[in-house]
Amino acid sequence: MNEPQTAVDWEAVVAHAPVPVQLISGTPWPELHVEAPNWPDLAQFLRTAPELQLDYLFCLTCVDWKTHLTMVYHLNHSRQERVVVVKSQLDRDQPQIASVAGIWRTAEFHEREVFEMFGVQFLGHPDLRLLILPEGWEGRNPLRKDYEDPVNMIRL
Amino acid sequence: MWSIEQIIGALNQWLQHTLGNVGAAIAAYILLGIFVILFFSVLGLVLVYMERKVSAWMQVRLGPNRVGPKGLLQTLADTLKLMSKEGLTPAGADRFLFNLAPVLMIVVSMLLLAPVAFARNVQIWDLNIGVLYVSAISSVSVLAVLIAGWSSNNKYSLLGAMRSGAQIVSYELSAGFAILTVAVLSGSLQVSQIIESQQTGWWIFRGHLPVWVATVVYLIAVTAETNRAPFDLAEAESELTAGFHTEYSGMKFALFFLAEYANVFIASAIGATLFLGGWMPLHIGNWEAFNRVMDWIPSSIWFLAKTFFLIFVIMWFRWTFPRLRIDQLLELEWKYLLPIGLVNLILATAIAVLGWHF
Amino acid sequence: MLQEITSTDTGCLTINVGPQHPSTHGVLHLVITLSGETILRVDPHLGYIHRSIEKMCESLSYRQFIYVTSRMDYLSSHINNHGCALCVEQALQIEVPPRAQVIRVLMDELTRMASHVLWWGAMAMDVGAITPFFHAFRERELINEIMEETCGARLTMNYMVPGGVMFDLHPNFQKRVKDFIPFFKSKLDEYDELLTHNIIFKQRTQHIGVLSREDAISYGVTGPTARASGWACDVRKRVPYECYDRLRFEEVVEQAGDCYARYLVRMGEMRQSLSLVEQLIDNIPQGDFQAKTKAVLKLPKGEFYSRVETARGEFGVYIVSEGGTTPYRIKFRSPGFSNLSALDHMARGHKIGDLVAIMGSLDLVIPDIDR
Repeated sequence: MNEPQTAVDWEAVVAHAPVPVQLISGTPWPELHVEAPNWPDLAQFLRTAPELQLDYLFCLTCVDWKTHLTMVYHLNHSRQERVVVVKSQLDRDQPQIASVAGIWRTAEFHEREVFEMFGVQFLGHPDLRLLILPEGWEGRNPLRKDYEDPVNMIRL
Repeated sequence: MWSIEQIIGALNQWLQHTLGNVGAAIAAYILLGIFVILFFSVLGLVLVYMERKVSAWMQVRLGPNRVGPKGLLQTLADTLKLMSKEGLTPAGADRFLFNLAPVLMIVVSMLLLAPVAFARNVQIWDLNIGVLYVSAISSVSVLAVLIAGWSSNNKYSLLGAMRSGAQIVSYELSAGFAILTVAVLSGSLQVSQIIESQQTGWWIFRGHLPVWVATVVYLIAVTAETNRAPFDLAEAESELTAGFHTEYSGMKFALFFLAEYANVFIASAIGATLFLGGWMPLHIGNWEAFNRVMDWIPSSIWFLAKTFFLIFVIMWFRWTFPRLRIDQLLELEWKYLLPIGLVNLILATAIAVLGWHF
Repeated sequence: MLQEITSTDTGCLTINVGPQHPSTHGVLHLVITLSGETILRVDPHLGYIHRSIEKMCESLSYRQFIYVTSRMDYLSSHINNHGCALCVEQALQIEVPPRAQVIRVLMDELTRMASHVLWWGAMAMDVGAITPFFHAFRERELINEIMEETCGARLTMNYMVPGGVMFDLHPNFQKRVKDFIPFFKSKLDEYDELLTHNIIFKQRTQHIGVLSREDAISYGVTGPTARASGWACDVRKRVPYECYDRLRFEEVVEQAGDCYARYLVRMGEMRQSLSLVEQLIDNIPQGDFQAKTKAVLKLPKGEFYSRVETARGEFGVYIVSEGGTTPYRIKFRSPGFSNLSALDHMARGHKIGDLVAIMGSLDLVIPDIDR
């Protein structure tokens, strides 16, 4: 690493955030919980706030909790180690969240994957199509807990 | 002494004796046709085997070594396999053109065999514009490639054919200039006279700088013309799968394959004729004893040795260099080889006029 | 979906590159739109080798799921296993014995070399030189033999287990590796002669597929590809795991961001890996090769994430545990997936031949992308 590490005061960050955010500490990395509609503002804030500048989205995924879905974003800075995990609960029947492909371009592919695997609709995504699943795949989202492949799935 | 010249002479006499003049001529043509076809098959077998062995040596492996002694029958087995395979024609293809292309390709290669001097006085047709004929006929092969690419109804084939068209048309010029350099020095376009002019020494030794440059330019240009790596853009297996012959299979593919090797042979044979004295043995000044020993080696051996040396060089290129990109390929021709060839031709002309060559 | 991308402009040509194509090194399917030979757009279609490993892992125990991950990036399967083992260890707070740590790093670096060597051959083949491929395999074979002796396998080694490694090193290991080091050094110089300084190769790769530092970060590109764009993103340096913080090695970073820079970074990394192996091979501490662990691993409730540097970039394992013997959800952050997402950006405006060179320089492993 080229430069000295600076610690981030996450409580101050949460206080400055433009939208209400809940900070959870005690986990390996600090976690921010945000309401889905507020996510784009928070994303923009995390990306541009001078003390943060989290420009590296290294993981984007979704977890199916049977009652709801949770989007999980792992963010980091390109030179400093300041990992933060952002989570947002989504409605399981009508999952919708804003796309962040305009902020972190890696999100474009990752969101397409989550779209087909979990059925999450990313609003404002430039090109929300199936990426991995074959053409014509409809409805069923393979990584949801209630998905059953009649052919070759190991029964849980 | 036994030589091809005497054998052919004896054969001709015997034919004339038994069949009369007209009959002998007809029989000679038939024999010639059989010879060319046989020669092509043998050539294909030998060159493919050679290529596989040469590449194997360069690539730290053994090459074919299972079928026959030292894998000698491998190519024969491959040929049998190709012959027994079904020659597929894709559904959307233009059937007539699709089937015509490989035939055209191989016919062009066969035509090119005419002025090649295999040994002293052994030549199918010693026409007075021999090298011009080679230049002219070899450009017809681009037609075959274009037809193959177009009629396959495959985008890869089309791209390969278009590349090949641009490439062959461009490199034809450089090859032509390189040939002209020697034609100017020897004062003739006839193959036998070009060889005769190298009686006292091969042009590569006598011609100074212009001939060396011409040799290099010629080698580069014919490598490009025969679509071999590093100029194998028409096939470019990592980009276009197999380029213009993607859709060909079985014997039709084999014809393309054979034509490629035949073209390499002919390009090398012409190169050997122009720059390395054809069947002319190596003579050094007035070392009488040495020259006598060299003369004792049959002329056909001399010719084949030189030709196969050049073939080896072309194979060496293929297994060493990465492939150029199409725009770089054309840049190399139009920005470098062509101007160099032109200046070189002027230099050669000056040398020929002033008699500065040895 | 094809209809959407087929342009109505008569000047465009849409071509399917793959799923069976010599230069995609597997079953990657790219739909490219061309104008003449110039690429207007590259649209990857994935999933031809998708085995839904993430879903499979949900029904496998914490000991079992590691073996599935060898099948993702099969060229650096050790490192994949390593990442998973690290994640489980982090969750259970298992202290890995020093000997196991060193063995793991040794195996990782050997794997990295084997992977880069194979990439070197494949890259050369992509730009049309076939000979280097065979030379590369000769060296890779030696590494594979070393691996085979210790791990019993050549491709999917499954050697890392939570708490250490599965067995101790083979008695021949040290000698074999010591023989290999000088041999490989001389071969690296040979590689330089054959390809690095080759003018045609330089022409084919310099200024091709330029990826700026900002774009590399934004696209989440990691590994040698990102380091060629000037982004020092090596996880081994950023968050050193195992004994990497005690080892001397340089992070190879180039600034140009083109295919040639990516090539140079990987060549440099092979030398760095070799030096790492050299530092460690005589200093393998005595002791256990595995920490004592329970037969059935139960992770506490929570979320765990581990990051390792594979030959292709940052590999992340994200485990969501509900406290059982199997993970509730696993996400593998595979480097290839993000690296591939930048392909369209890099290839636009270049020729078809360049697309092949760019794909070669990205070092894509398709099972890693599809998972």
